[in-house]
Amino acid sequence: MLAFLVQRISQAFLVMFVISMIAFAIQDGLGDPLQELVGMSVSLEERDAIREDMGLNDPIYVQYARFAGNALQGDLGISYFYGKPTLQVIAEHLPATLELVIGASLIILVFSVPIGVYAAIRPQAFLSKFFMSISTVGISIPVFLTAIVLIQLFSIGVTIELFPTETGWGTWLNGALSTDGGLPSYGRGDELTHLFGTWTSGFFSWDGLWHLVLPCVSLASIMLPLFIRLIRAEMMEVLQSDYIRYARAKGLSSGRINFLHALKNTMLPVITVGGVQLGIMVAYTILTETVFQWPGMGLMFLEAITRSDIPLIVAYLMVVGLVFVITNTIVDLIYGLVNPTVKLTGKKA
Amino acid sequence: MMTATVSRWARVRDSFLWYSFKRDKVAIASFIVLLAMVLSAIFAPLLAPTDPYDLALIDIMNSELPPVGMSGADGAFPLGTDAQGRDMLSTILYGTRVSLMIGFGAVILQAALGIMFGLLAGYLGGRVDAILMRIADVQLSFSTLMVAIIVGAVFKASFGSLMFGEIAIYMLIFIIGVAEWPQIARTVRASVLAEKKKEYVDAAKVMGFRTNRIMFRHILPNTLSPIFVIGTVQIANAIISEAALSFLGLGMPETQPSLGSLIKSGFDYIQSGSWWITLLPGLVLVVLVLVINLLGDWLRDVMNPRLYKG
Repeated sequence: MLAFLVQRISQAFLVMFVISMIAFAIQDGLGDPLQELVGMSVSLEERDAIREDMGLNDPIYVQYARFAGNALQGDLGISYFYGKPTLQVIAEHLPATLELVIGASLIILVFSVPIGVYAAIRPQAFLSKFFMSISTVGISIPVFLTAIVLIQLFSIGVTIELFPTETGWGTWLNGALSTDGGLPSYGRGDELTHLFGTWTSGFFSWDGLWHLVLPCVSLASIMLPLFIRLIRAEMMEVLQSDYIRYARAKGLSSGRINFLHALKNTMLPVITVGGVQLGIMVAYTILTETVFQWPGMGLMFLEAITRSDIPLIVAYLMVVGLVFVITNTIVDLIYGLVNPTVKLTGKKA
Repeated sequence: MMTATVSRWARVRDSFLWYSFKRDKVAIASFIVLLAMVLSAIFAPLLAPTDPYDLALIDIMNSELPPVGMSGADGAFPLGTDAQGRDMLSTILYGTRVSLMIGFGAVILQAALGIMFGLLAGYLGGRVDAILMRIADVQLSFSTLMVAIIVGAVFKASFGSLMFGEIAIYMLIFIIGVAEWPQIARTVRASVLAEKKKEYVDAAKVMGFRTNRIMFRHILPNTLSPIFVIGTVQIANAIISEAALSFLGLGMPETQPSLGSLIKSGFDYIQSGSWWITLLPGLVLVVLVLVINLLGDWLRDVMNPRLYKG
């Protein structure tokens, strides 16, 4: 176990080292810090002096060592646009993204478990087949398109005038197929609750919650089909196992078997895969935040690209890289802990 | 020559693949829809009423006309027009063409990389395997979309928007191909590991063939069917990735739009009620991806030897 632990953690450090090298290469290759610093009127000699002073003429490994040393002390440079330390800018945008991810995860949890379990217990039922085909279609719809359709349906509203209004049925059908809209489709709203420092949350006011609905549903929509399929597959496998058959033979109620005995063993792989997926969600927040103008890290990153705000791009890369590495390492370790059949290094099985 | 083609046709007709295709209505329907979309994309210059790349043909007075069937529609533009007055039908046909080109191009690139690295890792094993698969693991754990977004962002920042727009189609093929190679490499490696234990590989070794020849001429042909299955699904993934990148402004420029950049340019006008500019290309994108995914599902069921009940 110790060997496994050491191997995983050293791998995490190695990955972080590679990410920092890539980040450094981007910073070094793109843009000239001197250009940002001095105006046109500064002479060539003065430029050279500043260049020497800033250490830009040092060998590349010395520059990298300085970059990495600063990064370890939490200094990733100053954003050109905001004029503040990049980590501070990211910290200000982090709560919005975190809120989005938490909201989406809640939606996924509430819907995927019952649907997945039901589809596993009754694979032939009409409702199961219906949910499975919906999830196939769901996987084929890109997250930004779901978001746009949701905005059209529930924010702008749709008026259907397809059916003749002479009959009562036509009017009713038109009304039933039309939607009112009215849900907010951009930003986080005005009524944010201050938690501490720069952290604000929309979870505690109706206005904030209203603003969360569409972005969270969009973000959840891309992961939901995946989780339903995963839970269904795992559950079906567990239901085939001997201990479930034994519990049946013992005469336990099917509710007890399904939800106590089987579900417990189903959730284990689901939680570990879920941890990895949570990291992948960061990529999708970029898309969701763009559609809804959600002031989180993803939108900040995209704006940094259009503004060529190199320090902020580099800092985002480092922070997101760190988030990914930490989640993956923790998930790996948990998986190794709870599932001893995973091949641990240094031991022959 | 004639007999060869006839017998080849007979081989196709009698194969299990053709047999199961004939019996699967979903597969047939998906194939027909996909074929229709691919053909209309290839022949877009002949089919499209106007050339959306030709600025001289665009009249700003025609902008934001709704599709036929709604009030205010113009019969010359069956699917309406976008904000610049371009015919939606033509832009969608050309956009599908660009999306498909990037999708296929990216999959060819990732197949080349994936097959090469997968074969090397699987056949040589040892340190080569450990290093290549570690890289693949790390890259996959970052999610291919994230890798593609970051590489795209760096390229765009270093080339500048204008330059990036001109070579965007090659850039996107490169970005998506490089971001997704681990998927194919893993599949190839897994089948190579199973294949290299078989007698024919030992026989080839005994006969003194070089490693390259054994890898590419003997083992590779036997690992093709899983590559086909995953390749099909990867085309759908590449098209979605392209659309996502274009939607973020890291892809095709508006002057040479793909389905993703059409959706992006239409999104700015959705609040003013012009839903067709963004939702029609969106619908085409979903149908395209869906039929490819359904065909991929069918191929996987047919080619998976564990489900093969002969």
